[in-house]
Amino acid sequence: MNTLFDKIWDSHVVSNVEDGPQQLYIDRLYCHEVTSPQAFDGLRERGIKCLRPDRIFCMPDHNTPTHDQDKPIADPVSKAQVDALERNAKEFGLTHYGMLDKNNGIIHVVGPEKGLSLPGMTIVCGDSHTSTHGAMGAVAFGIGTSEVEMVLASQCILQQKPKSMSIRVEGKLGRGVTAKDLALYIMMKLTTSGATGYFVEYRGSAVRSLTMEGRLTLCNLTIEMGARGGFIAPDETTFNYLKGREYAPKGEDWDKALAYWKTLSSDKDAVFDREVVFNAAEVQPMITYGTNPGMGMPIGGKIPSSSSKKALSYMGLANGERLLGHKVDYVFLGACTNGRIEDFRAFASIAKGRKKAEGVIAWLVPGSWAVKKQIEDEGLDKILEEAGFEIRQPGCSACLAMNDDKIPAGKYAVSTSNRNFEGRQGPGSRTFLASPLTAAAAAVTGVVTDPRELL
Amino acid sequence: MKQKFDIIESTCVPIPVENIDTDQIIPARFLKATTKDEKFFGENLFRDWRYDENGNPRPAFPLNDERFSGEILVAGKNFGSGSSREHAAWAIAGYGFRVVISSFFADIHKNNELNNFVLPVVVSEVFLSELFANICDNPKMKVRVDVPNQTVTNLMSGRSEHFELNGYKKYCLMNALDDIDYLLSKKDKIEEYERSHE
Repeated sequence: MNTLFDKIWDSHVVSNVEDGPQQLYIDRLYCHEVTSPQAFDGLRERGIKCLRPDRIFCMPDHNTPTHDQDKPIADPVSKAQVDALERNAKEFGLTHYGMLDKNNGIIHVVGPEKGLSLPGMTIVCGDSHTSTHGAMGAVAFGIGTSEVEMVLASQCILQQKPKSMSIRVEGKLGRGVTAKDLALYIMMKLTTSGATGYFVEYRGSAVRSLTMEGRLTLCNLTIEMGARGGFIAPDETTFNYLKGREYAPKGEDWDKALAYWKTLSSDKDAVFDREVVFNAAEVQPMITYGTNPGMGMPIGGKIPSSSSKKALSYMGLANGERLLGHKVDYVFLGACTNGRIEDFRAFASIAKGRKKAEGVIAWLVPGSWAVKKQIEDEGLDKILEEAGFEIRQPGCSACLAMNDDKIPAGKYAVSTSNRNFEGRQGPGSRTFLASPLTAAAAAVTGVVTDPRELL
Repeated sequence: MKQKFDIIESTCVPIPVENIDTDQIIPARFLKATTKDEKFFGENLFRDWRYDENGNPRPAFPLNDERFSGEILVAGKNFGSGSSREHAAWAIAGYGFRVVISSFFADIHKNNELNNFVLPVVVSEVFLSELFANICDNPKMKVRVDVPNQTVTNLMSGRSEHFELNGYKKYCLMNALDDIDYLLSKKDKIEEYERSHE
C-alpha cells in the first residue's frame, strides 16, 4: 500500500541519520551558472573532486542573451558567470553544453528532451523549477547551493522526507484550456503555500490525457503551490516520448528499463497524507492579476474583493476590475514552463493569418536549440514571421530578466512564465501569467482577450 | 558562516508581510556574483523594498527605521517562497540576522537558512501576531531563542513556545558543523549503495 513517491524515495535512501534527515542518493544533478559557482568554490576549499562526474550535466541558461549568441555577452558580470560554469565543468570533468552548442537550452527543457531525466530517478538542480522533471515519473526537486555542493561531493543529499499528496483531476479539459490553465486553477484553489511540506502525485483521467509537454508544464508549476515537487507515474505517453532519445536506454537496456518503469505506480490502496480532487470541466483559461501565482482567476472574471491591497497597488489594478480588454505592452512566450514545441504550435495556431498588434512588443523564446530547430522544421517560424513575430535564441530570458530581456517599470506583460512576483520580469514590471494561447490572443489584439474567441 | 548556536537574546526587526518570496529578499539582478560575498548580499537584502529606483532609502521600510534593530528578523506567514536561490539566505546572514521567526516557511528556503547558520523558528499565529504588536509598541523589547531547549520566548509578554529542530541539525548548529562534513564521512555507505543498485 505504498505511494509511488514512497517507492522511489525509499529505494534511494542510503542511510538514516539518527534523529535527523535521510541520506538520499541522487541519480542526476543539473547545474546552471547562477546557483553553482559557490558550490564549486566549496569543493576547491575542501580540496575534493566530484564523486560521480558522469551523473552531472551543466549548461548556462539564466544569463544567456536571446539574440547574437555568437558574440561575447555584453554584460561583463553575466559573462563572468557563464564563463565560470564552463571553467568549473572542465576542471571537475563534467559534461557542459555551452551557448550555441546545439545541445544547449533551458536546463528543464533540455533534460527531458535528451532523455537525461528518466522514470524512477531522483533528480536535483539548484533551481526550484526542477519539479518539471517529475513529468517523466521521477522524484525531482530544487535545492540550494550548499545542497548542490553536497551532491557534487557525495552524489547524496540530506533531506527530510516530505509528506505525500495526491492531486487528482478527473474529466476533460475544455477547448482552449491548457495544462497551464489547469496549474493556475489548482494554485488559485490551493494558494502558493497550500502544498508546502508535500510531494505531489498528479493523477486522474485529465492528467493521463495530457501530452508530455503538458505534463512538463503542470509539474513545473508544482513549486508555485509550495510543494517541493510533483510527478506523474510513467505510462505509454512517457515511454513513447523517451524512446530513441539520446540518453534513453537502447536495445536490451531499453527492454529492461521499460519492464522496471512499468512497475512504477502507486499501489491501488496507497494512502496519501493529503488528497484533493478537481473537475477538469470547471477549468477555464486563467490569468493572474496579483503578485504571486496563486492570485489567478478565470480570464473573464473580476478581481476578488479579498485581494491584497499591496499587490493590487503594485499592479495598478482595483478590486472588482475585469482584466478582459486591459491594455498589454509586452508578450513573452517561453521559459521552462512554456518554451516547448507544443507551446509554439499553440501560439502559432492563433497568430496564423493575423498580425501582431501595433504597440505590443513580443518576445518568443524557444526553450532550447532543439525546440528552435523543430519550430523551423514544422514551418512555424514562417507563420509567425508573417504575423510579425520574431523567434529569438534559447534561454530563460524575460522569466527572471537576468539577461537584457526586461519588462520596463509600470508596463504590463502577458507572460507564459511561472512567476508574477514584484520586479520578477524587471524592476517595476507588471506580469499577467497565462497560457501560450492567451499570450497569443493578447499579442494579436493588444489587450487581454479570451483565446477561445480566436480559435 | 559557520557559527555555534546556544542562546540568543535580541531585539527584533519586524516585516509584517505575508508570502515574502525570495525575489523580494534578493532580486535576480544581484545573483550574478560568482562568490559567496555575504556583505554584498546583505547590503542588497530586500533591495527594492528598502531603496527606491534612485537608490535612496525608503524611510517607512523596517530595515531603514532606526527604531528597529537586532539579530532576529520577524516576518509574516509563508516566508521565502519561490526561487530556490540560496543568495536569499546569504543576504539574511550577511545583514547580520541569526534567527528568522515566522508562522510558516517555504521548504527550500528553510533548508537554505539552516545550511547557512540562520535558524528558522516556526511559531504559532497567536505568538506571531502578539510579537508584531509588542515590537510595534516597544521596539526595544527582546526575544530569547534557546537552541538547547528549543524554546522561543517573547520577553515582553512572557509567552513561550517550543519549536521544532531535529536532533541532528541541533547538534550541527550547536557545534558549527555542516552537512557536507557529515556526508564526506559516509563514503563507504555511498559506495555500498551504488554496488547494490547497479
